[in-house]
Amino acid sequence: MSGDVATTPPVAPQGETDSETDVPRTLVTRHGGQDRLFIHGSRAIAFLVLLIVGSIGVFLGAQSVPTLQTYGFGFFTEFRWLPSQDRIGIAAVVVGTIQVALIAIFFAIPLSLLTALFITDWAPAWLRPTLVRFVDMMAAVPGIVFGLWVLFVIQPHATEVAHWLSKYLGWFPLFHVRTDVDYPIWNQAPGYPSYAGSAFVASLAVTMMIFPMATSVMREVFSEAPVGEKEAALALGATRWAMVRTVVLPFGRSGIIGGGMLALGRALGETISVVLVISQAFEIKPYVLESGTSTISALIASSFKEASPSQLSALLTAGFVLFLMTLLVNSLAAIIVSRSRSGGVTEL
Amino acid sequence: MTAVAERPVVVEEQASAPTLPEPEELRRTGSSTREDVLTIIGALCASSATTWLFYFQVFPFEGLIGFVVCWYLVLVVFYAGLTALTQPRAVVMDRIVTTAVVAAPTLIAIALASVVVMTLVKGLPALAHLNFFTEDMSGVRADDPFTMGGILHAIVGTLIEVMIAIAIAMPLGVATAVFMSEVGGRGSQLVRTVVEAMTALPSIVAGLFIYTVCLVYLGMPASGLAAALALAVMALPIMARAAYVVLGVVPGGLREASYALGAGRWETVWKVVLPTARPGLATALILGTARAVGETSPVLLTSGASTFFNANPTQDPMNSLPLFIYAAVGTGNPQMEERAYAAAAVLLVVVLTLFVIARLVAGGRRKKTR
Repeated sequence: MSGDVATTPPVAPQGETDSETDVPRTLVTRHGGQDRLFIHGSRAIAFLVLLIVGSIGVFLGAQSVPTLQTYGFGFFTEFRWLPSQDRIGIAAVVVGTIQVALIAIFFAIPLSLLTALFITDWAPAWLRPTLVRFVDMMAAVPGIVFGLWVLFVIQPHATEVAHWLSKYLGWFPLFHVRTDVDYPIWNQAPGYPSYAGSAFVASLAVTMMIFPMATSVMREVFSEAPVGEKEAALALGATRWAMVRTVVLPFGRSGIIGGGMLALGRALGETISVVLVISQAFEIKPYVLESGTSTISALIASSFKEASPSQLSALLTAGFVLFLMTLLVNSLAAIIVSRSRSGGVTEL
Repeated sequence: MTAVAERPVVVEEQASAPTLPEPEELRRTGSSTREDVLTIIGALCASSATTWLFYFQVFPFEGLIGFVVCWYLVLVVFYAGLTALTQPRAVVMDRIVTTAVVAAPTLIAIALASVVVMTLVKGLPALAHLNFFTEDMSGVRADDPFTMGGILHAIVGTLIEVMIAIAIAMPLGVATAVFMSEVGGRGSQLVRTVVEAMTALPSIVAGLFIYTVCLVYLGMPASGLAAALALAVMALPIMARAAYVVLGVVPGGLREASYALGAGRWETVWKVVLPTARPGLATALILGTARAVGETSPVLLTSGASTFFNANPTQDPMNSLPLFIYAAVGTGNPQMEERAYAAAAVLLVVVLTLFVIARLVAGGRRKKTR
């Protein structure tokens, strides 16, 4: 009925019908009304979606024009955010965003890697589906729940660890905290104000948010490691670790890098658990254990309400910068994952 | 895992002989010997005792985290040492790595359990009162006892906002996925690239976009509809992409069979492709919904945190569960913090219920692919 395929007879080339010159048949597809409606309808919807989502990117990009007109290039080098004096810039928040994301990655990658290996190669077969399900389930836990948990449950312990690190390893700039570390911690005000709300504590919440994603990407790549090669390694007398080191890890290298970068992309944009935990400060500093930091998303969440139109477009520009960072990281990750030896598609 | 049981080969003559063949004994492969078990038990006991002695008794250390870290390190040393007595180096290395491979998921499991348990325990005082589910917070002060006030407005707000968002995002997302996967042709590459790129859009930026366009430029009031639009904008690329991945898994042979039987494009999609992909599609969409339910940042910018019940999404602020939690923690009041925990428990239950539904819908199909 519909979708009839009409074939036109081959056009004879200039009367001379030589059997050697083969002319491909031209296929003409005539769609019925129903199909035409479907094809054009779905194309129309897809272009509508393209218009909607594309307009967001264009709109965000367009907002950087008035921002640059108002604040100039200093917008990218100014670290303070003082709406009252109209001195605003995103240098500090960009650095803070990267700091929080990198620390979270630093925690999440080893944990994800080991968990993924446990699921694919160590856990007994009957346990594997359950573990996979748990990791997927963890991905569905809202960020605000992890934020609450870190704020009230983890922070008291994390500040003690931070205090210990700064006391004994404070000579290392990353662990330095600009306070008197010998001052007994129980004597400080509740919540250890010098150590609470730091990039380190915030990154713990982000770690919990990105762990499931990184784990499931790595697990999927690892589980596609060729069984024959694994069995060959075992048959040659390799221990399980030797088998993993020589077969699974080289095979899954792109999965590890790609999964890590996808997680990084997610970590950059993570908002609410960070906002809940950090005490906001606009400062460029390497002291990640010290109280006070800020990220682009936290900046947007905390200052959109009081923003004047020009500051609002500055916030949108900051959002655009964040989007570009995430986009860059995600695209790189997608390229790396798709280049993996398996060529397998990784579902996100 | 790749254990293949070796069976002794039964020779023909033996089987035909009148004497019963010796009962086959399967060699157990891959299981641990008594020595392995005793080694790990010994290492566990030794490290617990040593660490306890030195950590608490000899040196004036304290703190649980320090103890666990020291205990783990000492355990690795003991385990490696005990193994090295009888085994070659390769096995020692294997055992050291095994401790790390077991420790990481254990740590995450403890953390996850702690999240769930703490949320439930801290929320219990408020959850225990039925009015928590049947009243709103209008006129309730932060210090009022748990017998007053509740989160009905937030629950209803979440339901309404997410339902509107899904009603927008799901059909558009699935239609786009069908276009990308089944129709193709002009522009499909462009649509795919842009949709993939927009999955990178951070949710807070989606919220800020709707805030700027709808609330500031178009003068819409802060309302449930604005929040739903923000959620829809956030969820649309995610759902389109997830649905596209699922549709890509449908075997091409089914489509060809359908065409060969004379079906058209629409009939093939409607009667073959979509029904085949239904479980996967449902899973992808429900997981997208779960994500939208728990997302706070778009809602924070667009809906306004109200304390009163409001079922009209076009007018007046409308609260939702994540936003209620955020606002309640922001008050710094201990009573409100417990209400926040209770709301977090409700949110967790909603999300996990959606997750379980997704798993049930996916059903046996998932098993086949694994």
